[in-house]
Amino acid sequence: MLSQEAQKQIDREVAKYPADQKQSAVMSALRIAQVEKGWLAPETIAAVADYLGMAPIAVYEVASFYNMYDLSPVGRFKLTVCTNLPCALSGGVHAADYLKHKLGIGFNETTPDGKFTLKEGECMGACGDAPAMLVNNHRLCGWMTPDQIDKLLAELE
Amino acid sequence: MTIQSIILAGLDGDRSWRLADYVQRGGYEALKKILAQKMTPDEVIAELKKSSLRGRGGAGFPTGLKWSFMPKNYVGDKYVVCNTDEGEPGTFKDRDIMRYNPHMVIEGMIIAGYAMGAGTGYNYIHGEIFDLYLRFEEALEEARAAGFLGSDILGSGFSFNLHAHHGYGAYICGEETALLESIEGKKGQPRYKPPFPASFGLYGKPTTINNTETFAAVPWIINNGGEKYLEAGKPNNGGTKIFSVSGHVNRPGVYEVAMGTPFATLLEMCGGMRGGRKLKACIPGGSSAPVLPADIMMDCTLDYDSISKAGSMLGSGAVIIMDETVCMVKALERLSYFYHEESCGQCTPCREGTGWMYRVVHRIEHGLGRPEDLDLLTSVADNICGRTICALGDAAAFPVKSFVKHFRSEFEYHIENKKCLVPPDVQRSGSDFFVAGKN
Repeated sequence: MLSQEAQKQIDREVAKYPADQKQSAVMSALRIAQVEKGWLAPETIAAVADYLGMAPIAVYEVASFYNMYDLSPVGRFKLTVCTNLPCALSGGVHAADYLKHKLGIGFNETTPDGKFTLKEGECMGACGDAPAMLVNNHRLCGWMTPDQIDKLLAELE
Repeated sequence: MTIQSIILAGLDGDRSWRLADYVQRGGYEALKKILAQKMTPDEVIAELKKSSLRGRGGAGFPTGLKWSFMPKNYVGDKYVVCNTDEGEPGTFKDRDIMRYNPHMVIEGMIIAGYAMGAGTGYNYIHGEIFDLYLRFEEALEEARAAGFLGSDILGSGFSFNLHAHHGYGAYICGEETALLESIEGKKGQPRYKPPFPASFGLYGKPTTINNTETFAAVPWIINNGGEKYLEAGKPNNGGTKIFSVSGHVNRPGVYEVAMGTPFATLLEMCGGMRGGRKLKACIPGGSSAPVLPADIMMDCTLDYDSISKAGSMLGSGAVIIMDETVCMVKALERLSYFYHEESCGQCTPCREGTGWMYRVVHRIEHGLGRPEDLDLLTSVADNICGRTICALGDAAAFPVKSFVKHFRSEFEYHIENKKCLVPPDVQRSGSDFFVAGKN
């Protein structure tokens, strides 16, 4: 189920922890699996559990606790906009409204072509660059004014 | 001599995070000094106690004292853990430390390992700054290659291994025992204390957890002496502090200043209020700290004692600035939603109470408030405080209590008139989002 490349990456994470604490690598393993598969289907969670010698339910507990794991399919680009107070003071909510209008979708929705999913996020620790948003979890973008949002959307292909 | 900058001093651009650049700035000299002079762990801890360094993550606990709690003659593994799970709304200083000066954190953690007899460390990094998790791994590789990490560091016989671990979107993992659970590969639900991590921490072993900025302050203290560090700040509030300033100022960002610097000075450093508007309120220490009205805030100096005397907390040094375009009910509504969303669900008062408070503030904001709602809010908040395993419950209650206390008339106006004192177009103008050509 997990590719050899994914397994290699997971092995590197496992090596960070004591030999009897493989479970410590579960957050990384889920992240690696999600990047490979796009989202965490039950069989992907089971594969991670199998690889780390954990009960599937224990892996599911982790996958469902942390917000950045996707337990249902998302578009090719998941945009998570911070609307928390510090960002909102500098346009976080307006940036989200602007995206909703441009993409024609609301939070937790995906465009019909499967390209974009929009999510509302909590503090990303980038309030000085507000409005802030994440692209596919790993790319943090700041100062997302209308111009910058237009540029980002044009660039994501 | 006034020292304004210790951690962010001399950082200019993309290369400063590299080992070579750090060494050029005097990096790893503190570690070399400890090993060459064969300073004892007790001497290192004594220096920290003298410095009056206090935890920079929010609680402000004296670092030297914390380190002295680790059992000395324990047989078996001990751990040092860095908390870079920076998710307290308004806080973004650790991100800049990790971006521009990760080796200073690494050096501080190695020294911590030495002082507490710990052989392994983990740095828990906020999932949302994933690029800096990758950068930190690269910095660790550099430190290993140079012999600063691993076995027999610089031929001293002392060994220390350090690894990066990332979060993936859970505010609660900033709480130290939730963070430990998370490293163990579980849901981040806080543990009962006692036992404290110094006796039962990661994998049940003695563990000390400090904030990123706290570790970063350590090398300077060893190089220059604890007394110098204390002198840079004010008594009981040693050194410098990095403030994250967000909201309605002209130049939001991180600013490192000496402890005890007047708030008004920081405001000037940020280029003053955006659009020249008037300061209405300030949350001085991250969203969990009680809000203060402008007049009280303007009289504060930036240190633990002054802000605590004013009725709030220095916390993580996250200064959220709000001007007169802000509706305080709406601001509280968003914060209450945050705590409701991020409550881990373990304790009933927090799980149920955060949702209850959010729903009541939400209905006031949307014109459905009832005259008894303000007393209800205060009562729910009071019943959460002190009745939960961790501090998230209190953190959710403080904003509610302080917003209602200081801005009660604004809440009452909402309930009576079913609308806000601040007209919608004025509120909308505050963010500057719609100003064409900005950036």
